Amino acid sequence: MEAPKQFQIDLGNLMAFDCYHLFPSLPSSREELVKECLLKGTELVQAIADTLFNLPSTEDLDGPLVKLPPPTTKLPRSKHLPKPKPPTKWEEFAKKRGIKNRKKDKILYDEQTGTWKRRHGYDRVNDDNDVPIIEAKMTDVPGEDPFAKRQADKKKRVEKQEKNRFQNLREAAKVGALPSNVQLAARALPITGTQAAPKKVSKEELGSVAGMAATATASGGKFDKKLPGEKPARREGKFRKFLPVAEGSGMGSQERLQTQEVLNKLISKNSHEILNINKAVNMYNGKKEKKWRNQQGKSSSTSSKLKPTKKPLKKPFKKGSSNKGSSKKGKST
Amino acid sequence: MMNIKTPKKGRVRRELEKRAPKLVENGKKTLILQGIKTSSVLNAVLTQIYHLKRDSAVRYTRKNENIRPFESGGETSLEFFSLKTDCSLFVFGSHSKKRPDNLIMGRTYDHHIYDLVEVGVENFKTTESFTYDRKLAPKVGSKPFFAFIGEGFESVEELKHLKEVLLDLFRGEVVENLNLAGLDRAYICTAVSSNRVYFTHCALRLKKSGKIVPRMELVEVGPSMDLVVRRHRLPNDDLRKEAMKTAREQPKKKVKNVSEDAVQGKIGKIYIPDQQVGDMALPNKAKGVKRERREAKNKKGANEHISKKLKEDSNNAG
Repeated sequence: MEAPKQFQIDLGNLMAFDCYHLFPSLPSSREELVKECLLKGTELVQAIADTLFNLPSTEDLDGPLVKLPPPTTKLPRSKHLPKPKPPTKWEEFAKKRGIKNRKKDKILYDEQTGTWKRRHGYDRVNDDNDVPIIEAKMTDVPGEDPFAKRQADKKKRVEKQEKNRFQNLREAAKVGALPSNVQLAARALPITGTQAAPKKVSKEELGSVAGMAATATASGGKFDKKLPGEKPARREGKFRKFLPVAEGSGMGSQERLQTQEVLNKLISKNSHEILNINKAVNMYNGKKEKKWRNQQGKSSSTSSKLKPTKKPLKKPFKKGSSNKGSSKKGKST
Repeated sequence: MMNIKTPKKGRVRRELEKRAPKLVENGKKTLILQGIKTSSVLNAVLTQIYHLKRDSAVRYTRKNENIRPFESGGETSLEFFSLKTDCSLFVFGSHSKKRPDNLIMGRTYDHHIYDLVEVGVENFKTTESFTYDRKLAPKVGSKPFFAFIGEGFESVEELKHLKEVLLDLFRGEVVENLNLAGLDRAYICTAVSSNRVYFTHCALRLKKSGKIVPRMELVEVGPSMDLVVRRHRLPNDDLRKEAMKTAREQPKKKVKNVSEDAVQGKIGKIYIPDQQVGDMALPNKAKGVKRERREAKNKKGANEHISKKLKEDSNNAG
């Protein structure tokens, strides 16, 4: 320790740095290197300790306490400096008008109940629930419930305050001085006016849009070059298949069955409201008679495929009620 | 339109307050994690670093395939983890043929990567391989001494950078009051060549020297390793300037019960709790003793008969 001035000592970090040390000849074996490093290290640590133990100390139960100077080696912060909060609209206004905050008592005398009560919060003075009579005024609109009006007014005031608060927070967020416990999250807006609210696109939606774009080539994206790490495109959306409209057996009759099924479902759901039993019975009887009469008249009916099948197709559009009846009939029997 | 979101529970609010930017920051936390492939050496290195910094470190043990701090796009996941765990230092280990036993140390500013240093680990020796008196083993969270040896730390850019990162990584919390009895560890870093640093961790033994300053003795306790600098990335100047900002004046703690007066000078208020006379412990006030007897005893039993008489009287009355 012939010259401790050689070292740079940062007492705040308990760090010493010997910037002049050069190994005269690099030690050949590792043991020697370690030994030499430890020797030099001891010297440096001793140099720190020399200054450290000479600092004024106070005795404590656990040992002597020393007040360290702030570190001289500058290291970066982990987060930015906190930014000052911009004044709210009210604070600006109050400053302009010279309005100062006065302290108000927490407890007030309530004349209605004759007791002392809190100014705000639960069981407070002039609580809406405690007001039995509101005196009429000249300005009152006849036919209006004063109690309901009082409540509505209060609700409006609360809403207005909430709006103001939000506005002030948004101003603070612009500067980046939002309080740590507040987050402003995006929210869908109830649509007013023409401008749609900018909606945050979800991951799913993005994926499906990208999938659509990827398949918008003649080959349906089959021969497109893939980027490294690109996943196969998500193919979202419905792939509708239409049944053949031409009537027939097998596949041809499915279209009819499908529509019939839907209709049945619809009708049976609130059938108890629709079905007029008397009428249905009458219709059923009438049809039976008609059929019987027809059979009596011409025993052989045409067996062509088109004719009988065309009838029910038209029927649902023109005569809904009869069809309903008939379908019901089909079920009940 | 936006929604105001505030925590519903006090615990969450307090946690958020802890994480908020402050004038005087709390100590930096370290995130220790690894890439898709590691070697046994690297696993040991990461674990030992974690043990050295046990009080302020988070260790992730899963493989992370998306983290490549030096490449663009490879830092997203790392920055997210930094935000999630509130860590502003990270140590990332990866092992490949091109860069075996690779250790990337770095810092973040506002949860974005600030700077990076990549080193290769060689000649690693674990704590277990050293033999020393276990009583000397340094305590978790004690403030370490730092010794940097070699001119390389000033002349070579990479080593200068590495020195700063190592100091930030291991220095622990910035303290104002230091207990001298708690000093028990030192880190020794030696610049062996222009790209190689010998890093070791020692325990301290304070020996009496006859003066105020005890004689220091270093006992190597490990881990020790050679760090071979590979790549490094310095922050750009704007970012550095912003990150180095400090508060001009330290926040003052509110002084309670002390006021200044023009005439009287400094005035202090002292609060004394109410005297609870009724609850005061009296001599000879046992629970079981009846009042009459107690009173009688107070009269020193000089006239015992009277007390008996009194008792009889009271019985009659009842």
